[in-house]
Amino acid sequence: MTSRTFVAACLVPLAAFTLAFLALPLVRLLQGSVETEAGWAIYLQILQKPRYLETLVNTVLVSLAVSVTALLISTVAGVFLARNRFFGRGLLLSILTLPLAFPGVVVGFMIILLGGRQGLFNQLLPGHVVFAYSLTGLFLGYLYFSIPRVLLTVMAAVEKLDPALEEAARTLGASPLRVVVDVILPGLAPSLVAAGAIAFATAMGAFGTAFTLATNIDVLPMVIYTEFTLSANIAMASALSVLLGLVTWVLLLAARSFTGTTVAAGG
Amino acid sequence: MNRSFSWWLQLAVTLLTAAFLIVPAIQSILAGLTVSYFRGLSSGLTLKWITRVWELYADSIFLSLWLAVSCLVVTLVIGVPAAYALARNPGRLSRVLEEFISLPLAVPGLALALALLQLYGTVTGFRTSWTFILVGHVLYTLPFMVRSVLAVLMAMDFKTLEESAATLGATAPTRFWTIIVPNAMPGILAGALTVVTLSIGEFNLTWMLHTPYLKTLPVGLADSYASMRLEVASAYTLIFFVMIVPLLMAMQWATARAQRIAQ
Amino acid sequence: MTLTVKNTAKTFPDGTRALLPTDLTVGEGEILSLLGPSGCGKTTLLRIIAGLEQPDAGSRVFFGETDVTGLAVERRNVGMVFQSYALFPNMSVRANVGYGLKVRHVPKAERDRRVDEVLQLCRLADYADRPVQALSGGQQQRVALARAVAPRPKILLLDEPLSALDAALRDSLRDELAAMLRQFRITAVFVTHDQAEALAIADRIAVMSEGELQQVGAPEDLYHAPASAFVARFIGNAIPLTGERDNGALILKGGRLELAENSANKEVYVRAESIRLDPEGSLAGVVETAVFSGGHYRLAIRDVLSDGALLQAHHPGKTAPKSGDTVRLSISPSDLLYLSDQPSGPK
Ligand SMILES: Nc1ncnc2c1ncn2[C@@H]1O[C@H](COP(=O)(O)OP(=O)(O)O)[C@@H](O)[C@H]1O
Ligand SMILES: [Mg+2]
Repeated sequence: MTSRTFVAACLVPLAAFTLAFLALPLVRLLQGSVETEAGWAIYLQILQKPRYLETLVNTVLVSLAVSVTALLISTVAGVFLARNRFFGRGLLLSILTLPLAFPGVVVGFMIILLGGRQGLFNQLLPGHVVFAYSLTGLFLGYLYFSIPRVLLTVMAAVEKLDPALEEAARTLGASPLRVVVDVILPGLAPSLVAAGAIAFATAMGAFGTAFTLATNIDVLPMVIYTEFTLSANIAMASALSVLLGLVTWVLLLAARSFTGTTVAAGG
Repeated sequence: MNRSFSWWLQLAVTLLTAAFLIVPAIQSILAGLTVSYFRGLSSGLTLKWITRVWELYADSIFLSLWLAVSCLVVTLVIGVPAAYALARNPGRLSRVLEEFISLPLAVPGLALALALLQLYGTVTGFRTSWTFILVGHVLYTLPFMVRSVLAVLMAMDFKTLEESAATLGATAPTRFWTIIVPNAMPGILAGALTVVTLSIGEFNLTWMLHTPYLKTLPVGLADSYASMRLEVASAYTLIFFVMIVPLLMAMQWATARAQRIAQ
Repeated sequence: MTLTVKNTAKTFPDGTRALLPTDLTVGEGEILSLLGPSGCGKTTLLRIIAGLEQPDAGSRVFFGETDVTGLAVERRNVGMVFQSYALFPNMSVRANVGYGLKVRHVPKAERDRRVDEVLQLCRLADYADRPVQALSGGQQQRVALARAVAPRPKILLLDEPLSALDAALRDSLRDELAAMLRQFRITAVFVTHDQAEALAIADRIAVMSEGELQQVGAPEDLYHAPASAFVARFIGNAIPLTGERDNGALILKGGRLELAENSANKEVYVRAESIRLDPEGSLAGVVETAVFSGGHYRLAIRDVLSDGALLQAHHPGKTAPKSGDTVRLSISPSDLLYLSDQPSGPK
């Protein structure tokens, strides 16, 4: 066997699998979305029907809020952990990255344990403090799985920053705050944008958390799910899936061209 | 040492965040081991709930393990040779192909599941078998395997190693087995641990693809969250933690090691 | 096994003509050095011989009488030492050296015997079970050589095998490598950009420039009778002397230099070792620097050459003139090199 044929043969399993289970199904999905009389106009309907438009806006707003909050928190914690060595740092780091492997359903359950009817807050605080099944619960759930991903990206970026730049700024008389504003944040900016985009895209597509919280807030993945299973509106479910997939894919592509990294995503 | 106010503030943010993440996990561990969650720890510790979960959901745990192992085998068979081929031809076409197989990382699992269901939903024998779920898991984990191996290969001068093996008389398949695979091992290991970890935790695709007779661990979890008492749900979650946390740590260790090598 | 390369050229897909049509023969057991500056196509030619690079149409490579042009690299039975050594990091020294025998399915007992033999020859027996990363540069170089010769290749190819070593080690390993290569008695092609290496190791040297062979010959011939200015400059660092011609002599800024007969219309070159300090000498100059370098002094002398450059001279005496001294120099007409204006081209 020549080298060339062997290398080509190495690609055959991948090509076959990808064609059968990725390329063709995606084509079928697109096809499925335009199978009603509406045809391609179904994509216009998404923007015209209040129910879908509202869902879309909701999803974008929640995801945006989650990304910004996760960025703020993770940047503070990430810079802090990357720049300080103290007892218990390793443990703290493990705790902060633990949820990486939690599927969305487990994250939902975590929020129920905090803010559900039998949750911690409801037990500790006087009065009826239940937030798990509301927008707040959804927001916290998304935050729960976004923080570790953003944190890892931020820490990797901090470690790549040249400490000499900071030291130079210090010797020039800059206060610690100025160093952060003038040196650290500009250095981190590309990674922060990328991490934000990753958090946003993940939140947009998150299903398990919303599913577990059985929230009364309509987010896009939940609507797709109900359209498909309850209303059997396969065309609309497909169209919404195509839209959602396109948005998250473009976002992540842009993010990756920014830094060239992605963090392993859990369900 | 004299710490500034901002240092304490940062510490506070970090600790609060850690508390937010870990407190519910501890709650669930405790709830899974106490007689009555409502009465608290004073009601005593018990393994009753764990046994209960085992009776109810042992099948889902075994199915998840079986799926993870099968998924690993398939991603190894497809992913390692593919990563090698992509590394050998680092052209535009390879970039496009790599981008394409990475789609399942970006496109939500729900959308992929819908796509699979529409194309294969009517192929009954396939639709109702565990291999249908396996396809979903492979779809989702394959890019991690390919990228992990690719990164290690690109970081070493595997072309010259292969050429030197060729001058010594090794044919292309021999070179693959004796030179490429052993030297890509850190990447393969990191990829393998990632695949297993992600497969065991996969929910979005699996929820759509599973049948009532084929429930994986996360599907069972969702089921227990909806219909079981809190102690059982917690005990089940505890079992999941026991499985996934060591895997996550091994995965992080292996990935860091592979990245060190890839530099 | 003789090696013959006929009309062999290589154009890379990006249009780079790395090798122009080349003919070359290496005799049975001969060590030929491909010598030339970086980027002149040495590695390309070596890789074509190995079968790692597909040459342009019309090219022919023969091992003995056999045309191997279309033969895959793994079936050519060549041994190759790579510039970076390319030792397999996943194997011990012994496994590296035995690799070629193993993939050819040589039985284990026979394989062990031959590996031991080669390890012994290359003075590696003590390191046999070490991982290759644990070896020094010089030891790694010997492993690469041992690995290449263990399967008893027909042709041994070495691509700058000493260039990965630091300078001090390089000098001491050069003669050792030459001795080992002679021991193996394998037809060998040795690539280098270092003339001292080529002179020390090769039976014959092929000088290359910009994808072309300039001259092929024994080291002495290339040194004493370079066919072109390029060869003269590259081997022995000859420099050109320019000035008015006057009745069989050359008028330089520093004086009049007698030339040999038949030197009209030829360029005149001189090497540092041909210039002598001589109170009676016809040339005069001022010492700019005098540097002691062990066996001799290296003098840089100004006001001799017409173009304002410094003239380099080697002075073997025990004492040397100081910077600023005026000295007189002589160069024997027979030590000068006389080259045609036009480079004589491939020969
Ligand atoms: N794969 C390649 N593609 C394009 N040009 C190449 C390639 N390999 C070598 N070259 C070019 O061919 C010329 C000769 O290269 P090489 O044989 O490596 O030179 P040497 O070994 O003498 O330093 C150089 O100009 C080099 O840039
Ligand atoms: Mg070279």
